[in-house]
Amino acid sequence: MTIGGASRVTEILAALQRGAPGAPDTDLPDRLVTMCVAAVPVTGAGIIVMANSGPGAMLASTDGPAAVMEELQFSFGEGPCVDASTSGRPVLQPRLQRTGPARWPAFADGALDCGVRAIFAFPLQVGGIRVGVLDLYRDVEGDLDPRELAESLAFADAATSVLLRLQARTGLRDTDPGLVDMVDRRAEVHQATGMVSVQTVLGLAEALVLLRAHAFAAERPLLDIARAVIMRTLRFHPVSDDHG
Amino acid sequence: MTRQQRISQVFVELADTLVAQFDVIDFLHTLADRCVELLQADAAGLMLADQRGHLRVVASSAESARVVEVFELQHEEGPCLDAFTTGQQVVNLHDDQMRDRWPAFSAAAMQMGFRSTHALPMRLRDNLIGALNLFARESTPLTADDVALGQAMADVATIGLLQERAGRETAVLVEQLQAALNSRIVLEQAKGVLAERSQISPEEAFVTLRTYARSHGLKLTVVAMMVLDNSLRPSELEAR
Repeated sequence: MTIGGASRVTEILAALQRGAPGAPDTDLPDRLVTMCVAAVPVTGAGIIVMANSGPGAMLASTDGPAAVMEELQFSFGEGPCVDASTSGRPVLQPRLQRTGPARWPAFADGALDCGVRAIFAFPLQVGGIRVGVLDLYRDVEGDLDPRELAESLAFADAATSVLLRLQARTGLRDTDPGLVDMVDRRAEVHQATGMVSVQTVLGLAEALVLLRAHAFAAERPLLDIARAVIMRTLRFHPVSDDHG
Repeated sequence: MTRQQRISQVFVELADTLVAQFDVIDFLHTLADRCVELLQADAAGLMLADQRGHLRVVASSAESARVVEVFELQHEEGPCLDAFTTGQQVVNLHDDQMRDRWPAFSAAAMQMGFRSTHALPMRLRDNLIGALNLFARESTPLTADDVALGQAMADVATIGLLQERAGRETAVLVEQLQAALNSRIVLEQAKGVLAERSQISPEEAFVTLRTYARSHGLKLTVVAMMVLDNSLRPSELEAR
């Protein structure tokens, strides 16, 4: 159990940034899945982004089978990834051969053919903000133990933060807090996110990024900004398009 | 109705909720409310550990931000953290003991007028998943019967969290806990959206959401998602 100190997510994000200084942000997803496979006992990993209708394109993967698997889920519209993103809960399948065929007949067939024996799919989300799925798989059966699960969840939160940053990059300019852990747990931050999304006529993801950027620019803690929004002493407005 | 009858009635209510339209967040809120009623507390909160081992509030009897804050403080120190890490009940400590043991937490609790606090572990066999926290303005001690009742409520909360699946393995626990933690965020976001659209406080927004969910037989989390994706408008929520 880790209590206190820099969180594991913050460590992962810092390591990602240090790992390839000067590299473009678009490299981050690939570096993340590579780092993930080194940290957790799985054979491969992939990040899928969300489209409006459900899981969409694969953003990054460690090797061939990952790409094949995402293709299968996309084509058949079924699989652990699809379930994880629509239900908002992780889908942990340590024994795909036994449980897969009943649950996802078409997908399981193709996945087992590729040599996949276990899949662990983690939705990348902050409440109603759904950005994608982190898919981990291995070529042997077996559970992830509690420490490995905690580590996987840390990578999932890190991936969420990376994806939110990639989506928001164009709006940030000089109020850019860098790559930070976006998965907050404080009620007020999420209430403020909801309020700001209405005030600015933006989605929740954009509102969350805006709150962070504002806190960074104002050099105030995010919680202070969130409280000011809730108390209605701080108000946001629809963002104009002229960031030219 | 005697207290005994009321206790039985509450357990039937909780059992019914487990079987019927089950929404874990709503269930835990109801349980927190009943703890306040049956244990003469002024506030009750259910804290669950996320996978990093940090305690997070999942439901509380009072939605007032300042009270929730006192619950939230306990990821650093407090009776809940102790109950969760040791698996032991933490009950009936005096002011002085509280101050000695948890200086920062005690100061915050006292400031809210809470003179006593108790925490009961939420566990299922080897799995400690969180703690049930009680606050009272008076410093009347809990009797042994009260403690047993409180532990029973904590145990029901634990069962409620795991009841959807037969298995008790870690994987199931992780899926359930992650889903519950995320549902809580959905609810907080929806409170914010509704608060802004209707120009009310987040606390009032919560009551509106919950009332609508119950009167329409919908899960609270589903209603919250409908507010977020705009398929439910404020005018519909407030209509009688």
